[in-house]
Amino acid sequence: MTLAEGFEGKEYDAGHVSPSACPACAVAPSAERLAQLAAPTQARLMLSLPSAHCAACMSTVENGLEGLPGVLSARVNLTLRRVSVDAESHVTAEDLIPVLAGLGFEAHELDPGLLSATETDRQGRDLLMRLGVAGFAMMNVMLLSVAVWSGASDATRDLFHWISAGIALPTVAFAGQPFFKSAWASLRVGRLGMDVPISLAIILASSISLYETIHSGLHAYFDAAVMLTFFLLAGRYLDHRTRAVARSAAEELAALEVPRALRLRDGEEETVTISALAVGDIVRVRPGGRMPVDGVVTEGSSEVDRSLLTGESLPAQAGPGTQVAAGEINLTGPLLVRVVAAGRDSSLHRMADLVAVAESAKTQYTSLAESASRAYSPLVHVLSFGAFGYWLWATGDLRYAINISAAVLIITCPCALGLAVPAVVTAASGKLFRKGLLIKDGTALERLAEVDCVVFDKTGTLTLGTPTPTNLADLPDAALAVAAGLAAASSHPLAMALAKAASPALITDLREVPGYGVEGLWQGQPVRLGRAEWVGAAPADQTATYLAVAGQTHAVLFADRLRPGVETAVAAMKAAGLRLMLLSGDAEAPVAEMAGRLGISEWASGRLPAEKVASLTRLQDQGHKVLMIGDGLNDTAALALAHVSISPASALDAARTASDIVLLGQDMAPVADALRIAKQSTRRIRENFALSAAYNVIAVPLALVGLATPLLAALAMSVSSITVSLNALRLR
Amino acid sequence: MEILAVLIPISLFLGGIGLAGFFWALKSKQFEDPQGDAARILKTDYDDHPKP
Repeated sequence: MTLAEGFEGKEYDAGHVSPSACPACAVAPSAERLAQLAAPTQARLMLSLPSAHCAACMSTVENGLEGLPGVLSARVNLTLRRVSVDAESHVTAEDLIPVLAGLGFEAHELDPGLLSATETDRQGRDLLMRLGVAGFAMMNVMLLSVAVWSGASDATRDLFHWISAGIALPTVAFAGQPFFKSAWASLRVGRLGMDVPISLAIILASSISLYETIHSGLHAYFDAAVMLTFFLLAGRYLDHRTRAVARSAAEELAALEVPRALRLRDGEEETVTISALAVGDIVRVRPGGRMPVDGVVTEGSSEVDRSLLTGESLPAQAGPGTQVAAGEINLTGPLLVRVVAAGRDSSLHRMADLVAVAESAKTQYTSLAESASRAYSPLVHVLSFGAFGYWLWATGDLRYAINISAAVLIITCPCALGLAVPAVVTAASGKLFRKGLLIKDGTALERLAEVDCVVFDKTGTLTLGTPTPTNLADLPDAALAVAAGLAAASSHPLAMALAKAASPALITDLREVPGYGVEGLWQGQPVRLGRAEWVGAAPADQTATYLAVAGQTHAVLFADRLRPGVETAVAAMKAAGLRLMLLSGDAEAPVAEMAGRLGISEWASGRLPAEKVASLTRLQDQGHKVLMIGDGLNDTAALALAHVSISPASALDAARTASDIVLLGQDMAPVADALRIAKQSTRRIRENFALSAAYNVIAVPLALVGLATPLLAALAMSVSSITVSLNALRLR
Repeated sequence: MEILAVLIPISLFLGGIGLAGFFWALKSKQFEDPQGDAARILKTDYDDHPKP
């Protein structure tokens, strides 16, 4: 976004957009900030609601939440898709999320401490206020200007010019500040951004008009100066709006992970932030918790889910002596872990280094707006100074020459150009946001439009990462009921899926053996559900749990559930002629099965993060523009390297930070729409450039020969601005 | 033409009221959720009686 560089760009890019600036922040942007926060005590809860979209949704959510004990009030913000809940301090987000799920809304908890910073969008309101002032001034000055154009003369004209000056000069001084500041910033570093000709035109128009007014001249350009400010501020505000929505939503997503650990010290358990852990500390990891550090298990036995790190869909056994890495999820039993690497040395950090390397290897993308302004700014200045020089030489009249060069600057001033990109990007990202896609970077749409190859990750991306039983029909009813009864006692993901699938039989003396399974008594007989060797069954070659009942063993097979909309999205991509690839860290069998199911002919299994990066580099070296869709830590470097990248909201912080677009809902189908809308919006941007160039081709020669009047300038400016805005709205 | 001396200040004054109203709306955060406010008017919850 050229228009925003300097003044706005610097402030935002420091946040989530550029992981390369701080590799640690790339992997755990929220860690440092949360380290400074105490345990949350606030009674205000924030939840993101990606699927809320209408008045009925708002009523359902607000009434549903307000009916809960302890909830004082709830208010939905539909623009930002979030609900803020005022509640008594014992109410937690964990109480609200199931209620919302019951009402049919997907919800994620957000960190309220972080949101207070984004809620008051100071800069947005500041721009809006300047826009309001410029609008007010524009209307009044235009009223007076129309009177002058339609024939007011002599004293009346001078009076009108003076009143216009009284309105326009303070307005320009106040409302034009964003452009002046940004132009000054870019001049100081020796660059000619788009804001330099803008500021020059505004200042020159105002001062020449003031001079003409003092000498009771015929033409004053006050209306042009104010109109220029107004239209450009409108573009600037749209641009800001898109960024602000994306930024606050991205920060919300970052607030989903809370990096705390339970440290054991002298037999006492205490909650500390991860940054406070040192090598040699013992931490307790509860079932369902994420490993905060790299370490070695000292006590307990359990299973760990490594899918986010490696893409493996099968949990691995863990007992004393097992190496665990930060980011893995402990499934069944509590574990004590001795820290062997914390902070900079942990595997998370090594991943961050990989991301930093990938970021630096990525070719710098020049946006359409940047290349347009690069060609445009020098041309405008040359034209204007050329006209000044020529008329000074031809007539020897300094005042006339300055008038001509000001007219050229005003007419060529990129009113339409300043609106051309923001209007389209706002329309497109608004459209995609309603479909559940968050565009984090303005140029992501342009890059998405160029994509000719799509690389998928499997676990957590094409699949939801939650297993569902596949062969329940093969099991006898009694066995199924026993299995469900046993499964209800465990929090293992397979057991939880099984417990939901059937109505349970009554099992007594239930006991969970961490790392192995659950056992109990059914009608006086011992029954077991768990690992093959523990139950005494022959292991199958896919994800399964085993049941021993009445001297018989049964295998319950599981498959990861396909993310909804994946088939639609893949079909649409194939129809669009894109090259599709599946790169997974998982074992060969499930990857091959998935590739076959979706009809993806190119696939690879068992890929390490560095190998994914190598594959992507190879593709990009062949000239492909790659869209990477992934969610795990193992994808992060690939996401950062790819031409453009998408990650689901369920992905790790790091993956979301590295990607350009975040899929807010579960459904994958909007990705196909995104590709289509991106192509369309790039076409609109080019059309808008062509439109504003066409206006200039007509108006600039008139200005150069000295035929431009304030009326002509006002017409060219407003008509071209309105045309490009309407063109942006044509987006379907 | 003397009427201008009256009309111009009046038009500026009225415009100024509009601008002040805009500032007030901006300060009282009425632009925070345009989409939600547009939808909220369609709710029937408090049609019969005001919100308690």
